[in-house]
Amino acid sequence: MMKKQGYFGIYGGQFVPETLMPNLTELKHAFFSLAKSKNFKKEFYGYLKDYVGRPTPLYFAENLSKKYKLRLYLKREDLCHTGAHKINNAIGQVLLAKKMGKIRVIAETGAGQHGVATATAAALLGLECVIYMGVLDMERQAINVTRMNMLGAKVVGVESGSRTLKDAINEALRDWVTNVRNTHYVLGTVFGPHPYPTMVKEFVSIIGKEAILQIKKKEGVLPDAVIACVGGGSNAMGIFYPFIKYKKVKLIGVEAAGKGIETGLHAARFANGRVGIFQGAKSFVLQDKNGQILNTYSVSAGLDYASIGPEHCYLKDIGRVSYGYAMDNDVIEAFNILSLEEGIIPALESSHALAYLIKHHMDFKDKLVVVNLSGRGDKDLLTVIKYEKG
Amino acid sequence: MNNIVKKFRQLKKEGKKAFIPYITAGDPDLEKTKEILDIFANVGADIIELGVPFSDPMADGPVIQKAMERALKNGVTIKDILDMVRDFKEAHHIPIVLMGYYNPFFQYGLECLGEDCLKSGVDGILIVDMPPEEAKDMKAALKSNGIASIFLATPVTDEARIKKIKGVAEGFIYFVSVTGVTGMREELPEEIKEKIKEIKYKTKLPVVLGFGISNPDTIKKFYDTCDGFVVGSAIVREWHRFFMNKAKREDFINFLERLSSSCHIKDKGK
Repeated sequence: MMKKQGYFGIYGGQFVPETLMPNLTELKHAFFSLAKSKNFKKEFYGYLKDYVGRPTPLYFAENLSKKYKLRLYLKREDLCHTGAHKINNAIGQVLLAKKMGKIRVIAETGAGQHGVATATAAALLGLECVIYMGVLDMERQAINVTRMNMLGAKVVGVESGSRTLKDAINEALRDWVTNVRNTHYVLGTVFGPHPYPTMVKEFVSIIGKEAILQIKKKEGVLPDAVIACVGGGSNAMGIFYPFIKYKKVKLIGVEAAGKGIETGLHAARFANGRVGIFQGAKSFVLQDKNGQILNTYSVSAGLDYASIGPEHCYLKDIGRVSYGYAMDNDVIEAFNILSLEEGIIPALESSHALAYLIKHHMDFKDKLVVVNLSGRGDKDLLTVIKYEKG
Repeated sequence: MNNIVKKFRQLKKEGKKAFIPYITAGDPDLEKTKEILDIFANVGADIIELGVPFSDPMADGPVIQKAMERALKNGVTIKDILDMVRDFKEAHHIPIVLMGYYNPFFQYGLECLGEDCLKSGVDGILIVDMPPEEAKDMKAALKSNGIASIFLATPVTDEARIKKIKGVAEGFIYFVSVTGVTGMREELPEEIKEKIKEIKYKTKLPVVLGFGISNPDTIKKFYDTCDGFVVGSAIVREWHRFFMNKAKREDFINFLERLSSSCHIKDKGK
């Protein structure tokens, strides 16, 4: 599958300044030896079980199933400690950082979920923690900023560029270049330079492994389709990856179409992007004709990013995963439907996966479908209120 | 022979070091950039490093980030920059190195990049986010046109990486003085001298020092260790002061002349 280490087809690689190369090499070795060891796995899965609360339930959404004439299961990552799947990767990486002798971790965050998860893992394992966050996102997600502070992390507001997720990543990379010797960068998704896409995939693929066991137990068969939202693509990769070998299971990633592809106000890389090099990886990127990275837009801060994990590009190329998108208005509707029908308030990110299913429910008639409910929506209440007020 | 190689041979003979001023192309616009290129030529620049603006310069500090933002506001493209270099080269024979991030070059198209650079007189390219491992396509595009691929080395570059860099580097090695982003520093760590000597010995290439150099004192301190000095953020900052009318033209030129003459010390008295 991989021609060159760190590549998925033509995508991936290590496009970083020379200063970071020793760190990536060190991380690669640590990941492929340490993180694959029995002891590490025992400790990691121990935390996932007793601290994160795994396995998360696979819940049969009876009311929605009736409404749309299908059989819908929700993988309840919203029930993870800290409220989203992000904690799985954060604990894996912070644990690895500690074993590598690092004393400090840094991370970027958009919606704040990965920042909260990293701050949580750092508090648990006793490492210093600095989180970079665009000042625009700090306004949008003020409560998560407070949470990170309470967990002992320092939150640094990023004023440069578009003052959102991509700028927070730039600033985290600048910190890392400066503090290469004692710091580990906890990248929050299946993106960036090798080994991040592979490492993050490993830490989140517990989601799909559990889902397979659970659906087999409940239904005796594998699902017809699995749907997940895709920002950088970690929750999607987490649930898709263990299903990839089961060719009959349709896998669908859902990007953020914001106010519509034609308006330019979106984050749908596959709809309107092309291959480029950005923040360490060759992948699909939203960019202008001269290769400058475009500002993106989505009602959900977690999907508001100009590029996508390189392995997703590969899975798209070989036709194993198909990618669609959902617009803000459909997303807000899905958010409300799940809240009213099932009593579950989903994150706006996860609402994209639901919105896609609802919009295309005729295609899934009588089918068995799993949606990855990657996070809970408490953080989004103000955004939704604001959206509905117009 | 590549002009950069020639330049270092000539400097070595004269006992001088290369003065390599940096400016972001298009800051604040292309007309002004032409003006500063002429100033660079007049104060005795040996090589000029021309920054290609990118929206997300992850290895740059605030001064160059802002310069790139200013340049991009005017929509400066690689084609514009190549046209400007062609004009400049008609009047001057100073080697030009483009320094930037990979994506704009990749989108320009590697097939025509080498040839277009050759036509306009670019002598070398340094891609900040391209370590030797990822350099194959770019290097192939440049080599067939005689353009040098320039690579970075850093204080954390170990023996194995020196080997990798040696395998691809041409023209000179750009040694990054500190782990960190571009920007002025008062002083640079002494211990990098050993690393620079090691790299010079193992690669047989000239090594120039960059990142953090803002005054003649630093150049003096490292004069015997390296083959040249890149001054970036300090020039960009003074240039900004000048075109915002906060500093006089003669003061700006004096500032550059002091830097230039401190690279050419051994020439004095000859």
